[in-house]
Amino acid sequence: MNQKIGYGIVLVLACIAPLVLYPIFLMKVLCFALFACAFNLLIGYTGLLSFGHAAFFGGAGYATGYALKTWGLPTELGILFGVLVAAAIGLLMGALAIRRQGIYFTMITLALAQMFYFFYLQAPFTGGEDGLQGVPRGSLLGWLNLSNDLTLYYVVLAISIAGYALIVRIVHSPFGQVLRAIKENEPRAISLGYDVNRYKLLAFVLSAALSGLAGATKTMVLGFETLTNVHWTMSGLVVLMTLVGGLGTLIGPIVGAIIIIALENKLGTLGYFLSSVTGIEWFQSLGDSVTIVTGLIFIICVLAFRRGIVGEILARFKRAPAS
Amino acid sequence: MDIFGIPIQAMLSQLLLGLVNGSFYAMLSLGLAVIFGLLNVINFAHGALYMMGAFFAWMGMQYFGLNYWVMLIVSPLLVGAIGIAIERTMLRWLYKLDHLYGLLLTFGITLLAEGMFRSFYGVSGQSYPVPDALAGGTNLGFMYLPNYRAWVVLASLVVCFATWFVIEKTKLGAYLRAGTENSKLVEAFGINVPLMVTLTYGFGVALAAFAGVLAAPVIQVSPLMGSNLIIIVFAVVVIGGMGSILGSILTGLGLGVIEGMTRVFYPEASATVVFVIMAIVLVIRPAGLFGKEK
Repeated sequence: MNQKIGYGIVLVLACIAPLVLYPIFLMKVLCFALFACAFNLLIGYTGLLSFGHAAFFGGAGYATGYALKTWGLPTELGILFGVLVAAAIGLLMGALAIRRQGIYFTMITLALAQMFYFFYLQAPFTGGEDGLQGVPRGSLLGWLNLSNDLTLYYVVLAISIAGYALIVRIVHSPFGQVLRAIKENEPRAISLGYDVNRYKLLAFVLSAALSGLAGATKTMVLGFETLTNVHWTMSGLVVLMTLVGGLGTLIGPIVGAIIIIALENKLGTLGYFLSSVTGIEWFQSLGDSVTIVTGLIFIICVLAFRRGIVGEILARFKRAPAS
Repeated sequence: MDIFGIPIQAMLSQLLLGLVNGSFYAMLSLGLAVIFGLLNVINFAHGALYMMGAFFAWMGMQYFGLNYWVMLIVSPLLVGAIGIAIERTMLRWLYKLDHLYGLLLTFGITLLAEGMFRSFYGVSGQSYPVPDALAGGTNLGFMYLPNYRAWVVLASLVVCFATWFVIEKTKLGAYLRAGTENSKLVEAFGINVPLMVTLTYGFGVALAAFAGVLAAPVIQVSPLMGSNLIIIVFAVVVIGGMGSILGSILTGLGLGVIEGMTRVFYPEASATVVFVIMAIVLVIRPAGLFGKEK
């Protein structure tokens, strides 16, 4: 009951948000929130740390951008194509990476994603360093014109909610329970007769496809796609969002994505503010030092704040009735 | 004299360049393996510390007029000290947790270090001259051998084999190997394991810094030089497996050579060839060439 009220409040807030805030910024936040939730499906519920999710996010972005711009596909088919490409890359990467466990899994995903990065850097259809520019938004199902930011915002909101609902459904399904069993104790899951590798692979492909949905939508919204989205720093960024919000919590990644994207966008302003308050000139260059700040947040989170914001709040609520 | 239509000189010089890159892979993957063995941490910051090693060499020359040979010793010592500080203040708290936190912490350190050097020096590379004693080259009759590159390969081989010797053949190395197998038991014998862990981390990252100083005259010293390398080194580690020290050295050198040869025959694939080999190895022998199946 409480949960339903909570979701209702968030939904209302999400619907009126574009009246207050810049819709493009909000859509970016929504796409990254979906991306982080998809990533969390793997790290939080299956216990697999992938450091290669940029390959799906950016890969789907390029696929959708190319399909919309060069083939002139309708918007919904373009996004579907991006999702399929991300799922295919996920199938390939997942099949290789699940052959090793633990830390090796992470290194393999990182290395394979870097391979895709070089591929996108050299491939003719991505525009190399310049990126893929001028991707049209088109119209949804041929009748809803998406060139209006506000209309597009509600479409993106619907896409994100659908993606999120699917993730919630997966987590609470019997399949999700098996994933959690694998996370808790893999040998036990094996001895219970589950084909662990098939479950891991399916979780990996699902996570890849949903990350692809986020990436494809983002390209359609912004109208361009660049190498930033396939670089390993993007894989690191989504890890950070999930970590800040809380690994293995449903809404944590959303909170993390909002905080990190807001921080990235407003860091310059914050820097000027700090500089005017403290009189230290160095703060003015804070906007250019996103990497330093991200690195610091990483270190602080890992050392002192491993449950993340939502994880800490939940832990406090759980402790309260007992005392 | 041509082989497959490619002049043998061009091929030999690419082979040498491949060996140079291979020695960096070997030194970095060796350090990663030693650290992972004792600390159970995959040190993502290895690339950043390699970059710092190169930068310190450049800064030593630029600001203090210290030459290459001095910095070849001082820079690894400095970076080793930084490593010891990182281990003592941060890494130490994560040993009991899942491996992934060690990776995430060192990833954060990488971003921090890269970001700081970028905000001071920008992304463009700083050039570092080849030391006078090693300038020029030797004509071997069949090819022209740049002295500095030969020195890099030689120096790294010596360092790698010295490390192998210390770990496999000396008493100190025996403690280290015992600590890798079962650190509690070694501690019960009265050996200061926490100190050993700290020094191991310091040594591992000093090795990375040594590689960085060696690399400074070959490639441009830039804040991004480390992270580009570390991902390839991860692939090298996956290919070779971290179980064997000689295995790490051989895999590193071998992959460097293969990469160099790819640059001759099919340049477009030279950036990806290591990753493709990794994928093939994972299909054929998932535990890695020198790894043991657990």
